[in-house]
Amino acid sequence: MNEKNLILDVKNLVVRYETEDGIVNAVNGLDLQIEKGKAIGLVGETGAGKTTTALSLLRLIPKPPGVEKCDFMELDELNMLDLSVKELEKVRGKDISMIFQDPMTALNPVFTVGDQIAESIHLHEDVSYIEAQKLAVGMLELVGIPGERANEYPHQFSGGMKQRVVIAIALACHPKLLIADEPTTALDVTIQAQVLELMKNLRKKYKTSLIMITHDLGIVAEICDEVAVMYSGNIVEKGTLEDVFNRTKHPYTEGLFNSLPNINDRKSMLTPIKGIMPDPTNLPEGCPFNSRCPYAGEDCAHPQVNRQISDTHYVRCSAYDRPGFHINRKER
Amino acid sequence: MITEKKYSIEELQAYKKRSIASEVWRNYKKSPSAMMGLIIIVIILIAAIIAQIIYDYNVDIVQQDMMNRLQSPSSTHFLGTDQYGRDILVRILYGAKYSLSVGIVSVAISCLFGSTLGLIAGYYGGFTENIILRACEVFMGIPSILLGIAIMSAFGQSLLVLMFAIGLVYVPMFARTARAAVLPVRDQEYIEAAKVSGVSNLSIIFTHVLPNSMSPIIVQITMGVANGILTASSLSFLGLGVPVPAPEWGAMLSSGREFIRDYSYLTFFPGLAIMITVLAFNLMGDGLRDALDPKLKQ
Repeated sequence: MNEKNLILDVKNLVVRYETEDGIVNAVNGLDLQIEKGKAIGLVGETGAGKTTTALSLLRLIPKPPGVEKCDFMELDELNMLDLSVKELEKVRGKDISMIFQDPMTALNPVFTVGDQIAESIHLHEDVSYIEAQKLAVGMLELVGIPGERANEYPHQFSGGMKQRVVIAIALACHPKLLIADEPTTALDVTIQAQVLELMKNLRKKYKTSLIMITHDLGIVAEICDEVAVMYSGNIVEKGTLEDVFNRTKHPYTEGLFNSLPNINDRKSMLTPIKGIMPDPTNLPEGCPFNSRCPYAGEDCAHPQVNRQISDTHYVRCSAYDRPGFHINRKER
Repeated sequence: MITEKKYSIEELQAYKKRSIASEVWRNYKKSPSAMMGLIIIVIILIAAIIAQIIYDYNVDIVQQDMMNRLQSPSSTHFLGTDQYGRDILVRILYGAKYSLSVGIVSVAISCLFGSTLGLIAGYYGGFTENIILRACEVFMGIPSILLGIAIMSAFGQSLLVLMFAIGLVYVPMFARTARAAVLPVRDQEYIEAAKVSGVSNLSIIFTHVLPNSMSPIIVQITMGVANGILTASSLSFLGLGVPVPAPEWGAMLSSGREFIRDYSYLTFFPGLAIMITVLAFNLMGDGLRDALDPKLKQ
């Protein structure tokens, strides 16, 4: 890979949970590069390893039972693998930050929201606690909540407002990389739109890079520049929005798009992907999508490698070794 | 788009301080039984302080007056006199300082060590937790009075040793209470969110975990004060607490025991004092728990 302006560069990330019932292979040799200021959507079904990947980027995998291996992990040219606990605490919240899925539980019920925003500022910026509280009030207004409410407790806010507070905490120190773990899943659709709009604006303002973890391809299309599709602990297809949405290459991505409801033909049946994801304690040697794939052939039983389609687009599917292979997206 | 509103620092600080204290107080006031407990404790405290000022230990508390021994309650001696002619009311009022100070200091000792151990055990889990909990179980296997007696006889009779002994006896209870309170809090998303913000483990334990697992600890504190008073009285009753002739309530009970058949007020009034104090602390504990619990704040 030529020298690009990368905010995040991860090579061969492996995360396993070694439990008494067996070894759960949550992430298997994942590579991920993100350019500065770009937003990447990490999509995939439940259990694909999206959240584990996110926690691993923060080096917050609980150990034990988690076991983490990685060849290379750099956050803005800072080697994350060799940092001590103290140094990691400095990086977390300052350079890399995360928004959680459920705003109802992501705020500490015994502190005012102002204190919770101020805590992060006070830890990372060289300001007094009182100064940090003033900055926290400013952050709160930035996300559209009146500053007077800084002294209220989380239970006095609605779900949408709590998520705004969570965003304010995450962005309080203007991190270089923001990980949003399904930030809108717990919100209703109108609030979803507001929160997404807010994130979009703030991201533009602070030039933050973003990893958006989601199930929702619509959200990806809305705010991301690139898409990475995860399946069974690995990225099976990655490219720009254009690449993945219009020039879909991987059979799994195709399945995802085909299973979306068709707005032009409301009576049509949904076409889900058949079967379930392989058991992460017992992964097949070859392509994990093999058993569900309509194009499966003998070559699929071998370990898969990434195959570059264009500069920005790659797919992890050996079927492209077959002459003239292509997939058939359903016509809409 | 974004309006910069100016808040003065003092305004923010003042508002916050007032709001937390007043909110707890507002909730606490709602419960009549809790207020009753508080009022009783305040009365006992004031009485104990006044008794220290107006009575002289050598003259009013321990000096014998054999002319007036074993007087029934009357207008000169409201609660009567004991077998050495000493006024029981004066002795009870003066003796409140022993019970209160032993109860409070011993609980402070056990809460400090016990809760810290419990927080660490609950938060880190695994090996650390095992070591701490097993040690606590060993301690809990020894009956508390027996452990108290052992410590008192090893280090000698004095008020300080009594406080230390009772404090040590209740360390495992605090450790277990704190650990149990930490477990559900530890896995909350806001703890993970704090980690993501770069907060260190130690400050997560004390600023995020502790306030959220506070209510069982507070209940344990007030129950502990009550228990501490009871244990101190028991040890004094056995002759191992505060040395005689100090008017410790348990010691007064003990010395009145021989006269219980004919002069029951010798044991009745010190016993009543113990009971009222213990009850008041229990009432206050319940009220405080309700007032401090953020989940009940509506």
